[in-house]
Amino acid sequence: MKNTFLAGLFGTVVMLVSSGAALAQTATIAVAANFTKTIEVIGDEFTKETGHKLKFSFGPTGKLFAQIKNGAPFDAFFGADEKRALKTIEDGTGVNGTYFVYAQGQIALYSDKYPVKEQPLEVLKKAEFRHIAMANPRTAPYGERAQAYVKKMGLYDGLKSKIVNGESIAHAFQYVATGNAPIGFIALSQIVDPQSPIYKKGEYWVVPQADYAPIKQGAVVLKRGQDNTAVKAFMEFVQSPKAIEIIQSYGYSTP
Amino acid sequence: MTTLRGNLNLKLGNFELNSGAFELPLEGVTVLFGRSGSGKSTLLRAISGLDKHTEGELYFGDVCWQNGKTALATQKRHIGFVFQDAALFPHMSVRQNLMYSVKRLPKSVEPADFDEIVTRVGIADKLDRGVNFLSGGEKQRVAIARALLTRPDILCMDEPLSALDWRSKAEMLTLIEDIVAAYQVPVLYITHAPAEVERLANQIVFMKDGAIERIETLQESLSRVDSPLFDDEGAVSVLQGTPQAIEQGLRPIQMGQNTLWLSDLNELKKDTVRVRVLAKDVSLALSDPEQLSIINHLPAEILKIVPEDNHRVLVRLQLQDGQKLFAEITEHSAQRLQLEVGTKLFALIKSVVLAE
Amino acid sequence: MIEIFGVEVSLDPIWLTLEVAAWTTFILLLLGTPLAWWMARMQHSSKIVLEALVALPLVLPPTVLGFYLLIIFNPNGYVTEFLRFFGFEGQLTFSKTGLIVGSVFYSLPFAVQPLMHAFEAVPQKLLDAAATMRANVLDRFFTIVLPLSQRGFLVAATLTFAHTVGEFGVVLMLGGNIPGETRMVSIDIFDHVESLEYDQAHVLSAMMLIFSLIVLMLVYGINRRFGVKVG
Repeated sequence: MKNTFLAGLFGTVVMLVSSGAALAQTATIAVAANFTKTIEVIGDEFTKETGHKLKFSFGPTGKLFAQIKNGAPFDAFFGADEKRALKTIEDGTGVNGTYFVYAQGQIALYSDKYPVKEQPLEVLKKAEFRHIAMANPRTAPYGERAQAYVKKMGLYDGLKSKIVNGESIAHAFQYVATGNAPIGFIALSQIVDPQSPIYKKGEYWVVPQADYAPIKQGAVVLKRGQDNTAVKAFMEFVQSPKAIEIIQSYGYSTP
Repeated sequence: MTTLRGNLNLKLGNFELNSGAFELPLEGVTVLFGRSGSGKSTLLRAISGLDKHTEGELYFGDVCWQNGKTALATQKRHIGFVFQDAALFPHMSVRQNLMYSVKRLPKSVEPADFDEIVTRVGIADKLDRGVNFLSGGEKQRVAIARALLTRPDILCMDEPLSALDWRSKAEMLTLIEDIVAAYQVPVLYITHAPAEVERLANQIVFMKDGAIERIETLQESLSRVDSPLFDDEGAVSVLQGTPQAIEQGLRPIQMGQNTLWLSDLNELKKDTVRVRVLAKDVSLALSDPEQLSIINHLPAEILKIVPEDNHRVLVRLQLQDGQKLFAEITEHSAQRLQLEVGTKLFALIKSVVLAE
Repeated sequence: MIEIFGVEVSLDPIWLTLEVAAWTTFILLLLGTPLAWWMARMQHSSKIVLEALVALPLVLPPTVLGFYLLIIFNPNGYVTEFLRFFGFEGQLTFSKTGLIVGSVFYSLPFAVQPLMHAFEAVPQKLLDAAATMRANVLDRFFTIVLPLSQRGFLVAATLTFAHTVGEFGVVLMLGGNIPGETRMVSIDIFDHVESLEYDQAHVLSAMMLIFSLIVLMLVYGINRRFGVKVG
């Protein structure tokens, strides 16, 4: 019963879609969770302009990567780092020559207690707080860069005992947003998002890009989507000035 | 004599106990009698303080056990309780079950004679057994011993025989009679079996729909034509007498100047026994018939004649020693013999049995 | 650091895990006993509410529970304020204490449910009988209820301990992955997997697997043995 109903519904949707734009196609794209809002806004613009439909599947990069490796039906993959997208090509699921960096994450030092905007390094040096949050350097690029940064500035030994690690940058953000850590290295995109719980609360300081290796987020077309015109069009659209403007407004830089 | 008086209320789901004011003389065995669902067990639990939701008042002599919602805890009431299914502690041996009582005796109370009790109750050789290896009758014996060892002011028994077979029942009844006589402990006894009432009761509390209907002695109760104790066998009389030594293969029971002959030859340890006579087993004769196989002929006088259904009449008789006896005869016979109140005649008893 | 099958594994997370699990079990048996007893003897309909509340950690994703605890335990929140009042100076999140408190919530049903069922199986008649033998409430509890609920206690203890050892979501959310303080085995395994150190992950996982298997066999063994004795 239920299956027939769903099949019928699906048929109707397919008919409606194909009658709307004769050439329009649908692409299913795996996207790292941190990029959810940004890519939705870009996707809306894209559909408006081209008529192509997009379906997004969001999740932690590692999980998406594992799914792709095991045959998940995705046409393209937007990872939160470089290595996973590159690895798909190595594994043979990604299409050679389609890889590009679509965004670069920016690290910010955030606090609702300490004057990090004016005196970020003094605050870190004094270390009057009980805990400072950052992502796990072993598993998350934001954490790895943040740790490298404080090491480079000679602040690591003073902070070491106070660091609490979130398993991902989203998790580190929770520590800060819930007030459990009064200060933390998080992603700029988590602060400037109007829907963020700490939007316009507290203060932040963007760590100069020159002081840490860029956190490149790489995208790749997967074998399943190599003949899909929607995929090809979208990959181009993401690199267009319009999309770049959206990406930057969400706290990322672009190469 | 101490009495137990009060007025108790207890609501349990749809059931409601509203005992009404009562006063029980605490002597011998007081039976709580009624159909299942009449509130016997609830009343006994309320009296024992086992249900927290009990309200009303209750006095044991001068001691207040319940006043409004305030209740004296069960463990301070000096009650012994024998439950329907014995409720022995399964993780303890017989001895540990018994010692549970003994260990918790207050210093002011002198311990009972442990050896005497276990011997009388008949469990002396089973003290080190696990309670799960006892028969139903043995379990109840342990339960009784355990209750007696608490040195109770009242012994409550909630249908202690209902789970037993007939042989164990008979043995237990003898034991209970023995205990009442030996330790002089007042007993509150729940049953819905008339035979147990006739055997044990001094007074009876009749319960119906969660209330006490009436409280009367066994004899008062048996003198009523519509006594709730009478079941489908019809009216019953209970006579009391003193057993004598066996003569010519019969057991004589002395009742005043008259003798009742029993064919039951079991050993009787007691000074008085109760015998049970069905009204329909009693015939009437205006003169003493000598040439008759029926051996029990007792002179009697008619107290009352009560017409019944089916053209039968119930005749209430008084024996020479003052005891009362029912006879059930046909209307036709009553007219033929011209029976009326005051007629002196002979009651011929076809069959007599010791009460249970 | 020790070497197992040629793989270097840090034992700190294992000791920490055992310590947290032991404390959690101890606290839950202590607090769960009166709670379970109270619930077992409850008759009115509010018991349903309580039962549902206790069972909540069973159905709630651990990360959700962890997230709520993260919010509730924040150093400016009421819970911490309340504890300060009693001289508590630390912080519940990112600490061993916090992990233990979180685990107490998380493992609550695993302690309370077996205890409650064990208590419910103790016939009221036995307690009544004990009362008529002048045993007061505590006396009855220790001499009748406890010995008859042994199996419930063993099951509750083993399940609580095992469940705490295996917990991940709550620890992940509350812990902050501090070595020696909040880095428990499950987190350690997760990190090894995430950073593609599969050898360490395998060794630790195998240890967890064997441990869990032994605990479960223990629980079923207890169930069987005591089931006959008490029944």
